[in-house]
Amino acid sequence: MQSPSSEMVHDNSWEHFPHEADIGVRGIGMTKEAAFEQTGLALTAVITEPTSVAPTQTVSITCEAPDDELLLVDWLNALVYEMATRKMLFSRFTVRFNDHSLNATAWGEAIEVARHQPAVEVKGATYTQLSVKRDEQGHWIAQCVVDV
Amino acid sequence: MDLNLLKRHGRDEWHISPRGKMRVPGVIYATESLIHDMDEKVYEQVTNVATLPGIVQASYAMPDAHWGYGFPIGGVAAFDPDLGGVVSAGGVGFDISCGVRLLRTGLTVEDLPAVKELLAEALFHRIPAGVGSTGLVHLDKHEMDAMLAGGAKWAVGKGYGLHEDLEFIEEHGCMAGAKPENVSDHAKKRQQDEMGTLGSGNHYLEVQQVVKVFETDVGAVFGVREGDLVVSIHCGSRGLGHQIGTEFLKSMVTSAARHHIELPDRELACAPINSEVGQEYLGAMRAGINCALANRQIVTHLVRDVFADILPQATLSLLYDVSHNTCKVEEHRIDGTPTRLFVHRKGATRAFGPGHPDIPPALRAVGQPVLIGGTMGTASYVLVGTEESMALAFGSACHGAGRSMSRHQALRQWHGREVVKDLAGRGILIRSPSMRGVAEEAPGAYKDVSEVVDAADDAKLAKKIARLEPLVCVKG
Repeated sequence: MQSPSSEMVHDNSWEHFPHEADIGVRGIGMTKEAAFEQTGLALTAVITEPTSVAPTQTVSITCEAPDDELLLVDWLNALVYEMATRKMLFSRFTVRFNDHSLNATAWGEAIEVARHQPAVEVKGATYTQLSVKRDEQGHWIAQCVVDV
Repeated sequence: MDLNLLKRHGRDEWHISPRGKMRVPGVIYATESLIHDMDEKVYEQVTNVATLPGIVQASYAMPDAHWGYGFPIGGVAAFDPDLGGVVSAGGVGFDISCGVRLLRTGLTVEDLPAVKELLAEALFHRIPAGVGSTGLVHLDKHEMDAMLAGGAKWAVGKGYGLHEDLEFIEEHGCMAGAKPENVSDHAKKRQQDEMGTLGSGNHYLEVQQVVKVFETDVGAVFGVREGDLVVSIHCGSRGLGHQIGTEFLKSMVTSAARHHIELPDRELACAPINSEVGQEYLGAMRAGINCALANRQIVTHLVRDVFADILPQATLSLLYDVSHNTCKVEEHRIDGTPTRLFVHRKGATRAFGPGHPDIPPALRAVGQPVLIGGTMGTASYVLVGTEESMALAFGSACHGAGRSMSRHQALRQWHGREVVKDLAGRGILIRSPSMRGVAEEAPGAYKDVSEVVDAADDAKLAKKIARLEPLVCVKG
């Protein structure tokens, strides 16, 4: 599964990559911030179609970790936590970095089972196939496998 | 997996000789065909586990092994605290004590047709399942801590189930050594509305028929006969376990260097058993086990309520409750000497053989029931621990079929509504809040559970007793 824009290499996009038992989330962006924002969409897409989620309520998220990769896991786990405790889904994200900390806003709405048809809940982000790096074209790619 | 990487010992046992930083060999129990289809990552993960400090005997993989996180799913490894052994949050996994319990109903398959649709609807509407569902039990801080300390015993004390259920749950329904104070507020918050919920993914509640009893003597001790109607519940420690896993994975990754532990894979995050982090995790993880035991106990209570309304002649009694993702202190013989070990089972079932003191007296003579969950379209199995299994892999066996196809591939291949329709045509009623979820869990996305069970039986990890087939399945 991938975002509608994923074939446009100049654009920000997300995609899933296979793992035998679970699923990988990958965000691709012109900036590291954009790549992290796209992982948020990829995470939502594990559960439901992101375009079905109305960005009507906001939640602020901050996390801190010693490196970019651990920060990505923390960011995704913070979203998992907010989804689980607020019973919400998210479809829009802004991410800003300040050294080793991340400040973000997630927009979304309460889960409506009949409309969102949530396929599976995400238990947590893992360190499997975890990386945050720039490719040769200068795109930022942030990814890891999530346990479902 | 490339068979040339392994040395064959007998029909279903394959060895990986120690090399590099491996402290012990790797051992995989599987048929040649299962090994052939196994991901190369299983080999890598079995060898990585073999490098961890204090590991004894071997790093094992069960016949259903597949690519996991750090440990393979279907991985078993034991660590000696006196040899600097470790406890690994990755080796237990996110869904702490996810497991299966099997209930006899006292009914036969003839009792079902008249109420099958009604029963399916009632189970679906009264047992919370799926993303965003909340349970009927809401815990305040005091009750949360009591639940985390008491497990299924706490639940029975609150009126969820029967006192006699406890005898047929590992640890008698209450994991000792749980430290609710080691469980974070975040983990507790994730759980406060989730008690008595099934969850999603491969978790399920099934009404099944016993279609075949392979060993009637053991079947009689287990109280299962061909034609019997039984109920299987597969779920775990819900958000609380997931959050404990998440938090301790991070603290073990960041503390590894301090403990002079070289991690070949960050997901193998671990800490010495005799360290502050190790002890904190053990206390929290045991609380997570209690959460799973309490959760399955509450779900059992809800199932009994539904049966009381629809099939009042039913008597739901617990055959057994097994946990899949745990680290437990057990005594095993190492080079002939009884040794206290921390046994990690990641997607593997404890399978103690006949006579083991941890098996309830009523079942002790034959061995521990080993419950293997299948898919909604195939079969589940009841096995029993063997005398040999204690020496083969610390008394462990497989836990399920294991996926053969990613969720992504499954979604491309099946539509949920078609899966539901096809199974209805075969007499299996599926109820789920999400058709996409059903497609991702399509029976064809899993390995052949019968082949996995036959391999476990052939390797003497556990002996096949009964085959169960689904009639009603509630998926999260």
